[in-house]
Amino acid sequence: MSLNAKTLCEDEFFYGHKACAGCGGSLAVRIALKVLGERSIAVLPAGCMSAVGFNFPQLCFGNNAIISTFAGTASMMTGIEAGLRAQGVTDYQVVGFAGDGGTADIGLQALSGAIDRNDDVLYICYDNEAYMNTGIQKSSLTPFGAKTTTTPAGQRIHGNVRQKKNMFEIVCAHGISYAATASIGYLNDFMNKVEKASKIKGTKYIHIIAPCPTGWGIASDETVAIAKEGVDCGLWYLAEYENNELILNYKPKQFSDIKEYVRKQGRFKHVSEEDMQIIVDSRDAKWAAINQNFKMG
Amino acid sequence: MKPYLREHVPSGIDDIPEATAYEAGYLVTKNAGWRNVKPVVDQARCVGCLQCYLHCPEGVIYKDHGKVSIDYDFCKGCGICRKICKLGAICMEPEKG
Amino acid sequence: MAKKFLSGNDAFAEGIRLAKPQVISAYPITPQTIVVERLSEMVEQGLLPAEFIHVESEHSALSCAMGACAVGARAFTATSSQGLLYMAECLPYAAGGRFPIVMMNANRSTALPWNIYGDQRDSISQLDCGWIQSYAENAQEALDFALMSYYIAEHKEVSTPFMVNLDGFVLTHTYEVVEVPSEEQANAFLPAYETENKLDLQHPRNLCFSAGPEHNLLFKYKEHQGLLKVQSVVQEAEEKFARIFGRSYTGLTESYCTEDADYLLITLGSIAGLVKERVDRLRARGEKVGLLRIRYLRPFPNAEIAEAVKRVKSIAVLEKDVSFGNEGTVYTNVNSALQKAGISIPSSNYIGGLGGKNIAAEEIDAIFDELKQERTKICFVGLENETDDR
Repeated sequence: MSLNAKTLCEDEFFYGHKACAGCGGSLAVRIALKVLGERSIAVLPAGCMSAVGFNFPQLCFGNNAIISTFAGTASMMTGIEAGLRAQGVTDYQVVGFAGDGGTADIGLQALSGAIDRNDDVLYICYDNEAYMNTGIQKSSLTPFGAKTTTTPAGQRIHGNVRQKKNMFEIVCAHGISYAATASIGYLNDFMNKVEKASKIKGTKYIHIIAPCPTGWGIASDETVAIAKEGVDCGLWYLAEYENNELILNYKPKQFSDIKEYVRKQGRFKHVSEEDMQIIVDSRDAKWAAINQNFKMG
Repeated sequence: MKPYLREHVPSGIDDIPEATAYEAGYLVTKNAGWRNVKPVVDQARCVGCLQCYLHCPEGVIYKDHGKVSIDYDFCKGCGICRKICKLGAICMEPEKG
Repeated sequence: MAKKFLSGNDAFAEGIRLAKPQVISAYPITPQTIVVERLSEMVEQGLLPAEFIHVESEHSALSCAMGACAVGARAFTATSSQGLLYMAECLPYAAGGRFPIVMMNANRSTALPWNIYGDQRDSISQLDCGWIQSYAENAQEALDFALMSYYIAEHKEVSTPFMVNLDGFVLTHTYEVVEVPSEEQANAFLPAYETENKLDLQHPRNLCFSAGPEHNLLFKYKEHQGLLKVQSVVQEAEEKFARIFGRSYTGLTESYCTEDADYLLITLGSIAGLVKERVDRLRARGEKVGLLRIRYLRPFPNAEIAEAVKRVKSIAVLEKDVSFGNEGTVYTNVNSALQKAGISIPSSNYIGGLGGKNIAAEEIDAIFDELKQERTKICFVGLENETDDR
């Protein structure tokens, strides 16, 4: 039976934290831990989730959890997994939760190393598309056009001028045991991917889009809806990588209006018609590639 | 099981641990003060679909006799639950004071 | 106990084999490489039942070791020079987390200019990161440090990571006869690692958390106390070590002909071997000279130094390190020890051996000769120019 709201474990493992109201990242962490259960060991680098959950004596993880260095999520996971295995411990899941900067920028090397060794760990990137903990600076997963505090939307620069790094396929190119994309707008899909990953031996990677109301310039109650819209308008996609195959899980029959998605967010307020066309074109190019390279699941 | 509020707040050199290691899920402060508005469940309309429970970033909505209730000690009033509820069973009410 | 002809790296690897770390994570760098090659061979041959993790950087090497330690496993890593600096973020992290990891550092010059040979600027630049730091004189001491470091680091009242330093090439690659203890002896010496500072599936914990201004200073005070406790634990470890292995060590420092010395040279690492030889020669000529070898730079042997110098006329500190714009860091520390003990004697600083430059016997003789002038100066060995800024 697939996981859903009714079958999901009722225990809460991430509780009482100090994340902003409506935080998408905390929802991703909460749901993943409910799937993985009490024998999961969470590794979180310096970043939003560690900043809001580990302020002694307010410790918000009910399961075993540890803060790693910013660059060291994957390498610390490796050590934990090896240390437990060396002591003959069985039946545990080492899971990492790192943001987009912690994953695609500073933590990429350690993540690549862990995948290369095929360490038996589950790495979850909660992607809120900028360095939110430090106050909304551009990361390599910030999308084209987005205004951040280091990519101001002025006369010369209309926000971030680079496209979002293709982190999912970078991970897949390692020949990883399992990888998937997800969105907090499609939690059933995410839950079942987490559960599936937990049963696969080797390195697993799940990349979940988790909007940040503060950084995206949306109301706190919009987080889930905007994440869903991101998938529906084709700017994000739900896919898996398994047995050397890319698989698309969901293909919208017709994309919802990309402009509507963009215009709702403060970070895109300045986007011009030309910029908008670039966003539409890059989506279409991405989907042309998906249609060509991904198996339809 | 979930992290819960403790009476004892460790403080002072002899009371804190030797290393940066402490009991998991140890809460000493609430988040109730963050709210301007609070979600209120209309129990008559709620059908217990649990979508609010599923989508709550705080995990403060819990199953209660086939419906849901809210732990107001830790709800921040983000309103995701109201928005996700297709039946309109949750409304946001201003906090007093 | 078996006698073998081993290099410093080989000897250290033998010591680590006997200490049985459960997780080894290391990244190759000259001149440390041989120690991790030997350990991987030992794992391959079934001589060492450890998980050997091929990390992709030194930062990951220590991060991985912290992860292993955070679930109660004994962890080992080794590095040198640029590698030590690359993992630098993890050094205070491991110390603040109170993870008793043992790391061998092959002392090597740091770029620029590039240079693979030995000096001690790499480890001394990391003196304040909260690790125990010891410096071996020879391969036997290196092996013995490998065993003793775990005993000391894992001691409940210490719980602090331990960096054992071996001079690059001069010690890591030089062969000498070394007594390798038996496994039975090693097992009798070193207890299994037990701690509550770990993630525990039966009793879940949150580790490596934040602590604001109210608590931060308290945690740092405790960390400091852990290091200060090392002095007495070293003594305890060395007594037990002597009982089991029949070899004795003398705590944070080693005194050589110091009792009646008028002139004392203070140094650390492998150069002490040559200094001892020169002391013997000068003593044979009736000169009252002596050597104080610093075995542990952290915790710093303030009391031992004050005791050793209280009757001498002048001291010189010879070190393979310089804190640019000031003086050698060991010299700064030694002077601080003197000042705290109310001792006011001339002290000079000889900065030598940088980038592996040989320190000749004649240069040591010259230092002892200059000590008789009873003045204070700071200079680079082999250069005429004094760098004294006062």
